[in-house]
Amino acid sequence: MDRLKVNIGGLSLKNPVMTASGTFGYGTEYADFIDLNRLGGIFVKGTTLIPRQGNDYPRMVETPSGMLNAVGLQNKGVDYFVEHIYPEIKDYDTHIIVNVSGSTIDDYVKCTEKLVALDNIPAIELNISCPNVKEGGMAFGTSCASAAKVTKAVREVYPKTLIVKLSPNVTDIAEIARAVECEGADAVSLINTFLGMAIDAEKRKPALSTVTGGLSGPCIKPIALRMVWQVFNAVKIPVIGMGGISNWRDAIEFILAGATAIQIGTGNFVDPAVSVKTIDGISEYLNRHNIQAVTDLIGKLEV
Amino acid sequence: MKKMLDFVVRSNEQLNDKNHLLRVSPVTNEALPEIRPGQFVQIRVDNSPSTYLRRPISINFVDYCSNELWLLVQCAGDGTAKICALKPEETLNMIYPLGNSFSIPASNQARTLLVGGGVGMAPMLFLGKILKDNGFSPDFLLGGRSAKDLLLLEHFEKYGTVYYTTEDGCKGEKGFVTQHPLLAGKRYDYIYTCGPKPMMVAVAKYARSQGIECEVSLENLMACGFGACLCCVEKTIRGNVCACTEGPVFNIKELRWTD
Repeated sequence: MDRLKVNIGGLSLKNPVMTASGTFGYGTEYADFIDLNRLGGIFVKGTTLIPRQGNDYPRMVETPSGMLNAVGLQNKGVDYFVEHIYPEIKDYDTHIIVNVSGSTIDDYVKCTEKLVALDNIPAIELNISCPNVKEGGMAFGTSCASAAKVTKAVREVYPKTLIVKLSPNVTDIAEIARAVECEGADAVSLINTFLGMAIDAEKRKPALSTVTGGLSGPCIKPIALRMVWQVFNAVKIPVIGMGGISNWRDAIEFILAGATAIQIGTGNFVDPAVSVKTIDGISEYLNRHNIQAVTDLIGKLEV
Repeated sequence: MKKMLDFVVRSNEQLNDKNHLLRVSPVTNEALPEIRPGQFVQIRVDNSPSTYLRRPISINFVDYCSNELWLLVQCAGDGTAKICALKPEETLNMIYPLGNSFSIPASNQARTLLVGGGVGMAPMLFLGKILKDNGFSPDFLLGGRSAKDLLLLEHFEKYGTVYYTTEDGCKGEKGFVTQHPLLAGKRYDYIYTCGPKPMMVAVAKYARSQGIECEVSLENLMACGFGACLCCVEKTIRGNVCACTEGPVFNIKELRWTD
């Protein structure tokens, strides 16, 4: 199975298929459906310094080929994660990566500091792209200066693999990627959700309690692919691609566009076994095309 | 344990202008697991470009003899229309069984009332059967807009006494379920309800005023159905909790319903 191995900023993955933060709980929610040990990695739910109740219901609405969510980073906080959740999941034979979110740079740094000492958390994903929180979140990811600042501050306290998750709600995602690369990010993951909204024409009301929310699912895939391609051509660090991936074919497309690894998000809701099916599908693709290793495909789009 | 499994449609019976009763069995013929009243399934909708997510449908009845699940489906949009259009021998993919269940009182001397409105009658049938199997004598109070909205009456009658209300008065008492004289005349120990939110709020208000234990089954919008997306939250005294895993059944003491 070594032919599926990839490397993300010093972190060796058994295969390039991981699950996206906010769509996979802490992994255990999926244990009835798949063998979690088969995954390249699991990005657990966005974690903040202080517990958050999230936004009011309704938080979700289906849209053509996708959905909008406005969960708002509901989580029990980093201390609860360290004490109660980490012991339950730390022994899975896959990489558990924590998605770290905050409202201030100090929040990000303090939250990260509590995760550094956990032996079986080899990496964090810095979430500077959540569109559903009033303060911070996406605000950090929409300007080069603030993205660089938060990356720099977290880099100083975090010696392990640091992945920065980028927002697509920007004019030029490549320049944000370059900014976080300059401050020492080991990899970038993209894309988070697009800011969108849905309206109930009969009631003349927004479908979400927050009016706007994050759009995900197959409807965003073409834009995600384009952004992965742009960022791949702009930075030297590995790119983790995501955005509407629902099967192995989508995953291969992202890898060809330049992704070293991929994350599956909203697709898990429809098919909780899609991640392992994607691993198998990539394997079969390599066989069929007589390709030695998945790394031979990264960015090999023939243009 | 939750499972994702293909089912075959054994029959699809149209009950009125918008409701269908689908009887489905695992394609593999594997035996159905233990299913508790109040649990639900998530059905994948195939061949519907406008539908992306699965559709949560409550389990109406479990027939272990024929290894069939009954699903009462209301045709409400593109997704449910596709499900309602399934023909015998066609297949559908489901994740099941999901959610918690109604609680069964410790003593079967407890007087139980099961209140269902519209398609919300669905889980009351299986709950009624389980109660009867455990020695209870449940009463059913079913409400609809008109007589055609009272569904599966011949099945409910097997498990208890059935009372009705219709808004147009053409069957049973005229009005809403909470206006039925039964509530003034008989003292219950436990009320279970599922239906439109205003109906459940009214039933909960009545139960609270009388000091009666009451459980409601919620139909919050959800994406995954198994606790991963955190979309279907309900505000409770414990904070926001997922209706798909901590519910869909809640004791009204846990809810922050203001009425």
